Amino acid sequence: MKRWTFLVFIFGLLLFVAACTKKVAPPPPPPPPAPTAPTASLSANPNTVDKGQATTLTWQTTNATDVSIDGIGTVEANGSRSVTPADSTTYRLVAKGAGGTQDATARVTVNAPPPPPPPPPSLTEQQLFAQNVKDIYFDYDKADIRADQQAPLQANAQFLQQHPNIHITIEGHCDERGSTEYNLALGTNRADTVKNALVQAGVSGDRIKTISFGKEKPFCTEANDTCWQQNRRGHFVYEQ
Amino acid sequence: MSREAAIDYSPRRKPWESMQDERAPKGRKKLESTLNNLPQSKLRRTRAVFTLLLLVTSVASAQDWIRTGTGLGVDKVRLAAADFKAATQDGKNTDLLKTFNDTLASDLDNAGIFDMVSKSFHPLNIPGQPTELNARDWNAPPPNASMLAFGNLGVTGDKVQVQGWLYDVKSTTTAPQVLGKQYNDNATADAVRVIAHKFADEIIFRLGGGIAGIAESRIYFVSDRSGHKEIWVMDYDGANQHAVTHLGTIALSPRVSPDGSRVAFSANTKTGWDITMYSVELNRMVAFPHFGGMNFSPSWSPDGSKLAISSSRNGYPNIFSMDASGGNLKRLTSGQGPDISPTWNRKTGAQLAFVSGRTGLPQIYTMEADGTNVQRLTDQGYAVSPNWAPNGQFLTFSWMRKYGPGEPGSNDLYLMDIASKQWVQLTHDAGRNDSPCWSPDGRHIVFQSHRTGTDQIFSMLADGTNVKQLTFSGNNSQPNWTWK
Repeated sequence: MKRWTFLVFIFGLLLFVAACTKKVAPPPPPPPPAPTAPTASLSANPNTVDKGQATTLTWQTTNATDVSIDGIGTVEANGSRSVTPADSTTYRLVAKGAGGTQDATARVTVNAPPPPPPPPPSLTEQQLFAQNVKDIYFDYDKADIRADQQAPLQANAQFLQQHPNIHITIEGHCDERGSTEYNLALGTNRADTVKNALVQAGVSGDRIKTISFGKEKPFCTEANDTCWQQNRRGHFVYEQ
Repeated sequence: MSREAAIDYSPRRKPWESMQDERAPKGRKKLESTLNNLPQSKLRRTRAVFTLLLLVTSVASAQDWIRTGTGLGVDKVRLAAADFKAATQDGKNTDLLKTFNDTLASDLDNAGIFDMVSKSFHPLNIPGQPTELNARDWNAPPPNASMLAFGNLGVTGDKVQVQGWLYDVKSTTTAPQVLGKQYNDNATADAVRVIAHKFADEIIFRLGGGIAGIAESRIYFVSDRSGHKEIWVMDYDGANQHAVTHLGTIALSPRVSPDGSRVAFSANTKTGWDITMYSVELNRMVAFPHFGGMNFSPSWSPDGSKLAISSSRNGYPNIFSMDASGGNLKRLTSGQGPDISPTWNRKTGAQLAFVSGRTGLPQIYTMEADGTNVQRLTDQGYAVSPNWAPNGQFLTFSWMRKYGPGEPGSNDLYLMDIASKQWVQLTHDAGRNDSPCWSPDGRHIVFQSHRTGTDQIFSMLADGTNVKQLTFSGNNSQPNWTWK
């Protein structure tokens, strides 16, 4: 028994020694020389534009067989191109070659357009009404249309025909002389006469309401001819 | 041959009254100019004698007389109203007695039918009871009274009792008492004022020919003192003024119904003017139909069953009549008018007077209640605001006989006999006078005048005398007297 153990030991030792002894292999052959990696550069000039303006991309590559720029496509190895980006964009160039891939980027910032100039202000319908429609004035104790009031009355009718959506109320007013009740009635006649004249001139009657205020709502209060004339009127009121 | 067409409205003749039946000189124009040219004192005396005599000379020299009921050609009853005496020891007596005595004296003076004995002529011994009365103190000069009103007032607790008598102090018969009354109420100034009004009306009724006194009557009117024109009411003597409507718009032309239960008026709405009805009993508006257009100047028929208005619902303002409920609307006038301010014949309800601008400046017309037989009453100038007298025969209205641009603008009040179209001018050169309205006794007219610089309400006797201002603040217009 002892002899076997000694023999196995000696055998293992021999193996061990044999394995530890390197064999000297023959030297490997030298590797072939590696291909050169491509280079790339990309720039934009100018790199900040207003919307709608153009910028020029310029690039250079070496050792590339396939050069492309996002958004443009394949390009030559070196070159420039004019672009008009709609919004701020980062252009990316990819240069591929036997030696690998190289990309380059260029950022173009597009500024928001300046606000458009405001359109010139246009008058509201009510303002046009105030500018163009005139009250009609009456003679003392009269409800008929005076000769010198025919022209403004016709002009009022024309304006109302040009603005067919406008509705109005005509108020009949009187000066302070004379009786409360009779003036209410006279004011009614004044408003009616003006309405009838407008209807005759082609304005539809259902756009026109009438009311009388007699001498209850004067426009002025002095006791003289000027103020009295001011109060004897058919007053036009714009209704919504 | 002279023919008398007298509408005698004077008091029933008592034995102590003497008849003075003087005739005026011929010719209306002569009478007019006589009245206008007399100095004031003579004018007053002439007026006291003739009061409202209008004379028409016809071809056959007939003389027609027109009289109204304010003591014409007849001596007024000489009445003394003694201060009532205190019946109890209560401290409230003094103030209430003053209110009572002032009100009674004012009511009797306002009546227009008495020659009141000035209190400075009263004897020192004033009776508070019939047993204290010594007739000789009163029927001899200086008082020279025919009639004496006297009595007492006493507060007990919170109640007051008033005893009042009217005695004929010139009577030689054994029953000199004409009237004896006793009143009880709360011891307040308002209640005492009402008692004085009632007692005065009793006296006026007995001595005034059976025509009821107006001391308890009221006047509706328009006032803007709240900032808006609203309908207000006051006692006939101007006391107790207060607002009836609070609409916050423009309210015009109040007309009280004959039974006093309703007031119709015209109110401005968003779309025009509506006839609006106020109930006095309920103290609020009651429903009334909307007619469309502009609706103005309501007027009640004397039996209270109908209303007349001016309405532009058909286009131009015309006169319409309807039931008092607003139904059965009937158009009475046609054309462009403008027609406004209808007033019914207050005695018969069979006619209406109204204002129309159909010939230019407004004139006064009458027509039958169905719209036929339109007659023109005024011949020139600017005539408005007619009001028919209780006796059915007269109109009062506002008239500027010469009117037009450049005129100074003075409307005066006139009285016209409708049958003859003869007229008398009641106010003279005293600013713009308008909206006259008769009192229920036919002896007084209430009206608005601008004579103080603002519109205020005045009352006067129907002959233009005894003008009294009733309102003082804000602008006040369009007075309307209750019917009783």
